[in-house]
Amino acid sequence: MTLDTTPYGALARVVSVAGKGAVALRLMQMGVLPGVPISVVKSAPLGDPIQVRVRGYDLALRRIEAQTITVAIDSD
Amino acid sequence: MTPIVHQFHSPTTLQTAPFEEFLTIAVAGNPNAGKTSLFNALTGLRQKVANYPGVTVERKEGLWLLSSNNPPARVIDLPGLYSLEATSLDEQIARAVLLGNDPDTSPPDVIVVVVDATSLVRNLYLATQLMETGCPLVIALTMFDLAERGRLQINVEKLSSVLGVPVIPVVARQRRGIGSLAEAVLKTAAAKSDRKRIALPTLKHWQTYALSAQGEILRSKTDPHEATMHGSESERRITNPSDWQAQLIERYGWIEKVVSEAVDSEAERRHQATERIDAIVTHKIVGPIILLLVMVLVFQTIFSWANLPMNMIDSLFTAVANLVRANFPAGVLTDLIVSGIIPGVGGVLIFLPQILLLFFFITTLEDSGYLARAAFLMDRLMRGVGLHGKAFVPLLSSFACAVPGIMATRTIENPKDRVATIMIAPFMSCSARLPVYTLMIAGFFSSRKVLGFISLGASIILAMYLLGIAVAVVVAWLLKHTLLKGPSPPFVMELPPYRMPNLGDVAHSMLTRVGVFLKRAGTLILAISILLWALVAFPRSTSPGAAANAGTIQETVSNTSATQVENSYAGQAGRMIEPLIRPLGFDWKIGIGLISSFAARETVISTLGIVYNVGANSREEGSTSLIEAIRSAKRPDGSLVWTPLVAVSLMVFFVLACQCMSTVAVVRRETNSWRWPLFMVCYMLILAYVSSFITFQGGRILGLS
Repeated sequence: MTLDTTPYGALARVVSVAGKGAVALRLMQMGVLPGVPISVVKSAPLGDPIQVRVRGYDLALRRIEAQTITVAIDSD
Repeated sequence: MTPIVHQFHSPTTLQTAPFEEFLTIAVAGNPNAGKTSLFNALTGLRQKVANYPGVTVERKEGLWLLSSNNPPARVIDLPGLYSLEATSLDEQIARAVLLGNDPDTSPPDVIVVVVDATSLVRNLYLATQLMETGCPLVIALTMFDLAERGRLQINVEKLSSVLGVPVIPVVARQRRGIGSLAEAVLKTAAAKSDRKRIALPTLKHWQTYALSAQGEILRSKTDPHEATMHGSESERRITNPSDWQAQLIERYGWIEKVVSEAVDSEAERRHQATERIDAIVTHKIVGPIILLLVMVLVFQTIFSWANLPMNMIDSLFTAVANLVRANFPAGVLTDLIVSGIIPGVGGVLIFLPQILLLFFFITTLEDSGYLARAAFLMDRLMRGVGLHGKAFVPLLSSFACAVPGIMATRTIENPKDRVATIMIAPFMSCSARLPVYTLMIAGFFSSRKVLGFISLGASIILAMYLLGIAVAVVVAWLLKHTLLKGPSPPFVMELPPYRMPNLGDVAHSMLTRVGVFLKRAGTLILAISILLWALVAFPRSTSPGAAANAGTIQETVSNTSATQVENSYAGQAGRMIEPLIRPLGFDWKIGIGLISSFAARETVISTLGIVYNVGANSREEGSTSLIEAIRSAKRPDGSLVWTPLVAVSLMVFFVLACQCMSTVAVVRRETNSWRWPLFMVCYMLILAYVSSFITFQGGRILGLS
C-alpha cells in the first residue's frame, strides 16, 4: 500500500521510499525512513495535497509524492 | 519522573583572551527552527540585507556584541536547510558558506546550529553533518520552553557530552540563554587551534560524500542560478539512491540512539493546540472560508486602509512643492525641484504604507504558521498553472499593488516558481489602473445597463480584472513550459506548529523590507521620475503657459502647459509613435498619455488633462471637464477621437502593459538582474499591443465603434 491510499488516521509504518530524485532525498532527509511510524491526517479541501504526521511533526505532500512512499498498516 | 537536569545558567566571567579580529559566525538550521528569531535577538538592529552575487537569494548579516572586551562578531543568517545534500539554490548557498566555499564570505569561525528542541531527531540530522565538517560548532536549542511545556525532558548536559559539542538552550524572544551562547561561542572559537574532525562512532567518512555529491558546483563551474535552472550535477547524483540511502538510514539510527539516551520522556510529542487549530483552519469547508476572510482583511487593508497614510504623504509633498514654487524664482531649476524631484521622492515614499502593512501581515501569517496552511489549501488550484501554493498570497496582494506583491514572493523558495510568480504579478489589476478604468467608464459607458439591472460599467471593470487573471494563467503555464522549464521541485512542506508571532520579529521584517525597497528600488524610481520629467520639460517652449498649481505626486507633468507638453520630447515621441498606435485606435495625444503612463499608470489622466487643456483643478479622475474634453475631441478630419471601442482598447492596453517603473525597479531588485525586468516590460508591451490591436480592429470588423 502506498501513502496516498492509506486511510486517514490509520497508523502505518514506512516500508520503503521509492528512491528516485529530489523528492525521495528530501523525504528521507526529513526522517521519512523505513520503519518509521507514519499516518495521514487529512487532505486539503480539493483532495490534494495531503497532511502527513511523522516523527511528531506535520508534513504536506502532494499525492503524486505520497505515491512513492510504500507503507504497511500496523496490525495492532 | 526525572527532573529537568539542565537549566539556563547565567553567563559567567569570560576567561578567554579577546580576539583581535572580527569573528565570522554562521547561523544555520532547519526552516521553522527559530533561526530568524535568534538572529534578531543576537544582532538587534545591527543588520544589513544584500544579495549573494548573481542570484535571488538574500544575504542577511549582522553584528553581535559577544562581550565587552571583544570586537563584535559578524553573524550570517543562512537560508534554512534540512541537510548538507543541497537540493535547492538556497540550500546550495547555505552549504557553500558553511563549508567555506563561498568566495565572498570568509569561512565561519564558529557555526551556531539552531536545533528545535521539539523536533530533536530531525534537526540533529543537519547538526551531525556539520559536526563532521570539522568546523567548530555550538548547538542553540530553541523552542526549549515549548519542549518543557510539552513534558519533553531533555538532558542538555548529556546531549552535549554525547555529541561532543556545546548545547545551549535558548528562548530567543525572551533573550534567555543568549549570554551562555556568547560564552560558548567564544570558548569554541578560542579552542580553534586544537579543532578536530568529530568522527561519529558508527559512521565512516560520510562527509566525503557530502562534499562530492554536488561537486563544488557553486561558482566553480557555472553560475549557481544556471546550475539550478538546467538541472545541476546534484540532480544527476541523487538519482542514484544507493549512493546515499544506506548512510542516511545509518545516520538517523545513530541520532535516534543519542536522543533516546538524552531525552527522558517520549510522552505526548504532538502539539495538541496545533491539532485543534488545524481541525478548524484546514477543515474542508471552514478552512477555505477562513482563508477567504483572512485574504479579505489583508486586501482591504492594503487596498483601502493604506489610502489614509498615502494621501497624507501625497498632500505633504504637494504642500512642499507649492511652497517651493511660491518662494523660488521661476525657472528650470525650480521646475526640476517642484515637478521632478519632489514628486519623485513622494512617488517612492507613497509605497511605504502598503509595503509596511503587507509585510506586517505576511510576517505575522508566516511566523504564526498560517501561511503554510494557506499554501496547503491553495496548492491544488495554483498547481493547475504550474505554480506553488505559496504563490497565492503574493498574487492576491498584487491586486492592490504589484510592488509589495512582488516583494512578498520571497516566501516561495524555488527560484523558478518565484520568477514565474513575479512575471505574472503585474497582470493582476492594481489600484493604479482603477482611475483609468473609471475615466473610460464615466466617459463612455456610464448610463447603460446589461440585462436590465447590472451596470455596464461595473461589468466592464470586472471583465478587465478577469482578462488580467486569464492572461496571467496562460503566461504562467507558458513560462513554466519554456523559459522556466524544469522538474517541479517537491512540494514537501512542513506544516509547523502554530506559534504566537513575536512582535519584535514582525517589526524587524517590516523595517528590513522598507530599507531594502528604499535603497534598491527607491533610488531607481527617483532617477526614472526625474528622467521622465525631463522628457516633458525639454526642450523649453518659447511661450511658457501660466504655471498651474503644483499637482499631486506622480503627476510630474501637471505643472506644465499644453504647449510645453506638445513640443517636449515626450510630445514629439507621441507624434512619432502615432502611426504605430493608430491601429489601436489612438491618436498622438493619447500617445503622449501612454508614454507618460510608463512612470505610473494613473499619470495618464493628468497628462490627458494637460494635452486637452483642461484646468488643473478639474484634472481629477472622472471630472466632468476632462470627460467632456475627451468626448468632444476631434481628429483633423472632423471625426471623434474617442469612441467606446477606443476606450475599451485603451483599457485592454492598460490591463496588459507593464506601465509602472516602480514594478520594474522592484523586479530588478528581487531578481537581482536586469534580464527579468527587461523581459517583463517587453513581453507585456507586445502582449498589450497585440491585444489592443485585436480589440480595436476586431471591433471594427464587427461593426462596433
